[in-house]
Amino acid sequence: MTNKESPKENSQNAKAYYRNLTRNMIATMVTVSFAPMIVVIVFLLYQFHLSYFEKTYAHLQELVQKHKQNIDTFLDEKLANIQFLVQSSSLERLTDRSILQAKLRYLQEQYGDVFVDLGVVDETGKQLAYAGPYELQDVGYFEASWFKAAIAKDFYISDVFMGFRGTPHFIITVRWQRQDKTYILRTTIDFQYFNTLVENLRVGRTGYAFILNSEGRFQTRPVFEKALWEKTYDYFIRRMDASDRLVEVIELPDESGTTHIYAIAGLKNGDWLMIFKQEKFDAFSDIYRMFQFAGIIFLVGAAGIGLMAFLLTKRMVRRIMSADKEKARLNQQMIETGKLASVGELAAGIAHEINNPVAIMVEEAGWIEDLLQEEEFAQSENLEEFRRALRQIATQGRRCKEITHKLLSFARKTDATVKDVQINDLITEIVDLSAQMARYNKVIIATELQPGLPYVCLAPSEMQQVMLNLINNAIDAMDKTGGTINISTKISKLEENHIVITVEDDGPGIPEANLNRIFDPFFTTKAVGKGTGLGLSICYGIIEKMGGKIDVTSTVNQGTRFRIWIPIQAAGKDSSEKK
Amino acid sequence: MANPFVMLVDDESDFIETMSKRLQKRGFKVLTATEGKGALELVGKNRNLEVMILDVKMPGMDGIEVLREMKKSYPLIEVIMLTGHATIESAIDGMKIGAFDYLMKPCNIEQLSQKVQEAVEKRRAQEEKIEKARMEKVVSTRGI
Repeated sequence: MTNKESPKENSQNAKAYYRNLTRNMIATMVTVSFAPMIVVIVFLLYQFHLSYFEKTYAHLQELVQKHKQNIDTFLDEKLANIQFLVQSSSLERLTDRSILQAKLRYLQEQYGDVFVDLGVVDETGKQLAYAGPYELQDVGYFEASWFKAAIAKDFYISDVFMGFRGTPHFIITVRWQRQDKTYILRTTIDFQYFNTLVENLRVGRTGYAFILNSEGRFQTRPVFEKALWEKTYDYFIRRMDASDRLVEVIELPDESGTTHIYAIAGLKNGDWLMIFKQEKFDAFSDIYRMFQFAGIIFLVGAAGIGLMAFLLTKRMVRRIMSADKEKARLNQQMIETGKLASVGELAAGIAHEINNPVAIMVEEAGWIEDLLQEEEFAQSENLEEFRRALRQIATQGRRCKEITHKLLSFARKTDATVKDVQINDLITEIVDLSAQMARYNKVIIATELQPGLPYVCLAPSEMQQVMLNLINNAIDAMDKTGGTINISTKISKLEENHIVITVEDDGPGIPEANLNRIFDPFFTTKAVGKGTGLGLSICYGIIEKMGGKIDVTSTVNQGTRFRIWIPIQAAGKDSSEKK
Repeated sequence: MANPFVMLVDDESDFIETMSKRLQKRGFKVLTATEGKGALELVGKNRNLEVMILDVKMPGMDGIEVLREMKKSYPLIEVIMLTGHATIESAIDGMKIGAFDYLMKPCNIEQLSQKVQEAVEKRRAQEEKIEKARMEKVVSTRGI
């Protein structure tokens, strides 16, 4: 019962085995190719990421620092301008409107439209003189918060406010005293112009800068934020003192979850904060793009590797499968050969053991035959019957001998020592040996040996066996009828560097149906007990082993021709191969 | 002419027994031995032995060795190899060493006796030659 199932189970086992093998190979290949790739990619990206972040931060810091300096310089410069104005002019001249206008024009000529207007305000807050586009002559600023601050300081730069004119602006004031009275020279800085100073700081798609005052109000018009006067960025206001000198870079998420990078620097001695804001994604868009790119490359590579691993493995497993099959087949063949050899050994043992008893039996029968010739038996009525029986014993004994001899010749260990052999001599020897037997069968063996053939390197006893087999077969084939066997040797014209031996008889020939089976082991057409069917298969094996070839052509009733090609080789090379 | 003097050497004593009876019946004078050493000793004692029928395959000293020894010590005695095997090689070896002929076992008694006759004739012819040569030598020395 298990016998019937086992092949199926085997094939299932084999399938599972190959599936397993495929899986393992793919896993190994994928792991081996991915592991280093992933490690390298992760390491490189991490390093790149680090340095890129550092660079970006440094760049931002520098950018903001520079702008901060620019703006500080700008404010200082403007302050210095009007300070100079105050120092270089008398009160009378400054309160003279036309002179003030001339001064303004001069300033505007020098510095562009940065200076919007000029005004002189006394300590009561009354504007004594005004030059500029607005009708602000004699306006009272006593209530204005900037005035309170300005009157208390030598100079003052205000936050941005709306004031009387109703547009955002900021002013720079310088205080001076004349005749126990305090005056203030104020100038309005063009907001648009000031704005451009900050607006210029644009990086990427979302990076922009703005300025906040100490209350968190915008001092410039932010590019992306509408609410100009809204209080916001408390976080930075709280940190204002700390960020006075240094440019600080921090990351913060906003309400929508987008992380922004902020670079913060104090302006105007810490009254204002200059803030550069950029979406983090935008700031690092390059590196993110690179990550994306790397990701795509990785995925494409992974797909390629996976595909290749799969295909290669399939192919390799297929190879392995066929190799395994071939191995199994060879193993089977080895077993068969081994079996054959052991059968041969056994047969040889038996044949040897049987041969001697048979010889004795035949001898005894012969002895009786001898004795029957004595006169005392001549009258026996059964004499003829005795003789017949004895002849029968002799005949059957001979038959036994034939069988045992064949078996022994099949199984005997031939001397496979290789030496240089002159084929013609070898053939002559064999022909001489066989001549006796041939004569019995009325067969003539003729030879036609090309003289001066080169020596070939082979085992003489094996070659002898081959020739004997062919000659004996031919003699057997021409049993009773008799005939001629022609043996010829010459240098082959068909095969380069080969000697060809032809054994040709004019016997009954081999039917076509048998022609391609005659080299098969145990194939015989002889009567049971006459042949083992091993002769030609042994010949075939021997010739193959020599690296030669044997073939047969035959026509029924005309004869059979065996041809053997033996390679002519250098002796040294051949012997080394044989080892 | 005297009966041919033959020695049979084979390890199968039954075979030798029958064979010697058959040969004797055919008018041969037969000695037997069942192993190589004994055979050589017997030859030493029977110097007028003419033909030895020698089995190739024997325990102890095998036929080829015996043959070699014979050819060394008694070159004039003809040896017919008897092989129970299809070992053509040993037969060829035997022939090379100087055996008269070889026969396969079991063999036809007529064939064997014919072979023995031939061998005896060869032996006698050679002996005659030797005798003649010796005579000539004697004659020639006298002549001087």
